[in-house]
Formats: sequence, C-alpha cells, structure tokens
Amino acid sequence: MRLSTDQLIFWHHGFFKLNGTIVFTWGLMLVLVVGSKLITRRLSTDLNRSPWQNLLEIVVNGVEKQISDVGLKRPEKYIGFLGTLFLFVALAALCTVIPGYEPPTGSLSTTAALALCVFVAVPWFGIAEQGLGGYLASYTKPTLIMLPFNIISELSRTLALAVRLFGNMMSGAMIIAILLTITPFFFPIIMTLLGLLTGLVQAYIFSILAAVYIAAATRRTKSKADPAPAT
Amino acid sequence: MLIDWFTVGAQALNFLLLVWLMKRYLYKPILNAIDAREKLIAQELADAATKQSEAQKERDEFQKKNAEFDHQRAALLTKAAEEAKTEQLRLLEAARQAADALAAQRREALISDARNLNQALTQLAQREVFAITRKALTDLATTTLEERMGEVFDRRLRELSGPAKNALGEALRKNSNPAVIRSTFDLPDVQRAAIQNALNETFSADIHLRFETAPILVSGIELTANGQKVGWSIADYLKALEKGVDELLQAQERPAPKPEVKVAPQPAKPRPAEAPTPATPAKSEPEAKPAPEPAAAKAGTKAT
Repeated sequence: MRLSTDQLIFWHHGFFKLNGTIVFTWGLMLVLVVGSKLITRRLSTDLNRSPWQNLLEIVVNGVEKQISDVGLKRPEKYIGFLGTLFLFVALAALCTVIPGYEPPTGSLSTTAALALCVFVAVPWFGIAEQGLGGYLASYTKPTLIMLPFNIISELSRTLALAVRLFGNMMSGAMIIAILLTITPFFFPIIMTLLGLLTGLVQAYIFSILAAVYIAAATRRTKSKADPAPAT
Repeated sequence: MLIDWFTVGAQALNFLLLVWLMKRYLYKPILNAIDAREKLIAQELADAATKQSEAQKERDEFQKKNAEFDHQRAALLTKAAEEAKTEQLRLLEAARQAADALAAQRREALISDARNLNQALTQLAQREVFAITRKALTDLATTTLEERMGEVFDRRLRELSGPAKNALGEALRKNSNPAVIRSTFDLPDVQRAAIQNALNETFSADIHLRFETAPILVSGIELTANGQKVGWSIADYLKALEKGVDELLQAQERPAPKPEVKVAPQPAKPRPAEAPTPATPAKSEPEAKPAPEPAAAKAGTKAT
C-alpha cells in the first residue's frame, strides 16, 4: 500500500520521472483549462447568459468577494493565484468520487509545491505593494527582536500549509481505502461524502490562509509621521 | 521519503502554468464579461435616470402648462360669464323695452280701437235714439197736438216780455216782408186767427203773416221775422238734446282715457238742465224755452 501517488511511477529516466501525481495534476489542469475555454468561448455580456457562464460567474464572484473580505483592496490582482489555488484543491477533492482517481493533493510533494508557491507569492505581492524595504521592515515589527520569530513563523506556516492539506487529503483517501477492505458497500460511501466535504473545507482553508498571509504582507504599516487618531 | 523534490518542482511549475492558463481562459474573460455587463447595466441605469429626469422635467413642464391652461381657462370662463351676464342684462333690458313699447303700442291700439268702437257705438246709439225719438214724435204729431201747440205758442206770444219782446217787436216792425209762421201741419183758420190776434195784441200792431208748413219741425210752430225767431217745436228739443249729447261725449273723450275703457255703449242721458235748451239763435229770447220738455221726452221714450 502506497501513501502517495508519487510512488505510482509511469515513466522514469534518471532524475526525471512521470508519476501519478503529475499525471493526475495534468488531468485536472486539462479539465480546468478546457472547461474554462469551452465555457468562456461564447461569453455573453448582456443580461441573458448560459447556466455554465452563470456557474463560473458565481464561483469567480464568490472568490473575489472572499478575497475582498480578507482585506485585499484589489481582488482582481490576486484572483489568478488565490482562485486557481482554491479551484485546483477543490477539484482535486471533488474528483475523488471518480473510481481509480487519486487526488494529487494527497501527495506531500504537491502540497509542498503549493505551500512553496504561497511562500514565494507572499513576499512577491508584499514587495509589489509596499516595496522591498517596506516589506523587509515588516519583519522587524513590532520590534527588531521579533525578526527571528517572524522568519520562523514564515517558514513554519508554509510547512503547516503543506502538511495540513497533505494530511487531510491523504488520510481521507487512506481511510476510504482501508474501509473498502473492511466494510465494503455502504460505509465507504459515507466516508467518501465526508471526504468531499473535508476536501472542500481544506480548499477553502488553504486559499483563505494564503489570502490572509498575502494580505498581511501587503498591508501598509502606518508611518510614524501619521497623526494618531483622536481618541 | 514522502517528498519527491522533482515532483515538487514539477507541481510548482504545473501550478504556475495553471495559474497563467486560468488567468487567460477563465478569470480575464469572466471578469471582462462581468465588467461589460456592469457597464451595460450602469449605462442602462444612467439612461433610465436620464429618461426619468427628462420625464420628470416634461411632467413638471406639463403640469406648469396645465396650471397655466387652467388659469387661462378660468380667466376666460370668468370673462365669458361676465360678458354673458352683461349680454343677458342688455338683452333683458332690450326685451323689456321692446315689451314695454309693444305693450304701449298695444295699449294705444286698444285704446284707439276702444275709442273708435265707443265712438261708433255712441254715434250709432245716438243716431238710433234720435231716429226713434224723431219717428215716435212724428207719429204722435196729430192735428190735435198741433192745436194744442198753437195754444201753447199763442200763450207764449202773449207772455213775452222784456228785451225779448222788444227785440221781436222791433224786428216785426222793421220787417217789410210778412213774418213767416211755419208749422208741421197746415194750421186751421181758427188757430191762424188766434195767432194773428195774439201777435196784434202783444205788439199792438197789425202784423202781416205768412203761413207755411214745414215737416222738418217734427211737431211745433215757429215765427221768423227779420232774423228773430220765436217758436216751439220738438225738432228744437231734439237738436238741443243732440248738441248736448255731442258736447258731453266730446268732454268725456278729451281727457286721457284709462286702460279700462268700457266698450259698452252708454246711452247719453241728457241732463235736465242741458237737454231742453232750444237751439234758438235769438239769445235775447230766454222765455221762448218750452216748459213741457220733460213730457215730450217722456212721450218719446214711452213711444219706443
């Protein structure tokens, strides 16, 4: 019994290998991109629109609203990264109902890659928003003593992101596999439904945490010259 | 080993590629479509707001015009009502004047008609009364009556006195022609002699007489000499009566008659003081008035 789809290797040549994680990821990418392409091929800009367009608009609008609620001022700037993060993780979880499919997010390599992307994206957006100096200065807030703790926090939350998603997805798939061997038929179906729910919750948590981290990095700290609000 | 670093890198690349593809094929078109729709809706809302404001403006203008129209209409109605009232008063006044004129004209015509009718009736009645009277007295005039008249004439002559007697005597004396005695019937010789005697005795002279018959006298005898006349005849009574009635009628018609003109003919009753005045040109002979005129009138009335 394998713990990760990384161990399902289809092709191998030296350092390069084509494992199940990459293949399933490509599959998900194909579904997402082709589906988006098909739906957005005939977008309607007037008041009448197709149900699929409605669905996509609801999703995009929902993501945008969530990003906005987190505190990011211009959600359209971050929706590409955060929205894709949510859709990928959610679709990876939803597809667990397909027999033979194994979620690529059940692989620690995938969740680590996603966490690394977040780890890079946070300073990326932070520097873009408030400059390199401003972003680096935020590590010394509130005092310089906090600098190492801030760096540790940065690293540990990235690790937490990766392990949390991996643990949840992997355990869900693992439990279903174990239950299938013990109590087939009825009980695994309930666990699958539960897995769908936890998968969606994890997608939401992952993307919201990423949004919160980015929001924290892009939030401009008040300069000392600014007058304190009258109390 | 749970982490395969090649897979990590590959998945990171895959994810970044997916981000780029999703941006290109999903977010951008969807957001653009949403923006376009929002713009469209905003445009439509703006258009609607513009149209609403225009409608509001037009409504205000319409209400203003409506108010002005109402005001003008009320003013016109008031003016028309005043003009109608003035015209009504004018027409009423004109109608009243026309009615007054017509009523006056009609009253005049009525009065004129009544007057004419009254006059005609009066004249007719007068004519008829006198004709009847004349006929009755003519019928009653007999020789005996003539004799009686002769006696009365004789007595009158003898009773003459004063200025009348003097004037008649003067006339008889100056008269070269014989005095004329006219009577309705031919007087008998006895009566002629009585009259001759009476005249001769009264005036102490021999007076020449000529006797004539005149049926126009109805019944009576008269003496004419040099413009002086003494006599007694029913024709004189009738003439005096007719003259009196004419005077009375003219006196009644002269004052403005009142609307209630009585068309009923009123027989002119001669008053006793006026009726019996004989139409004798000799004013100097008041004694020539016959005494028995009421009897004659009564006789005439009874005869009808």
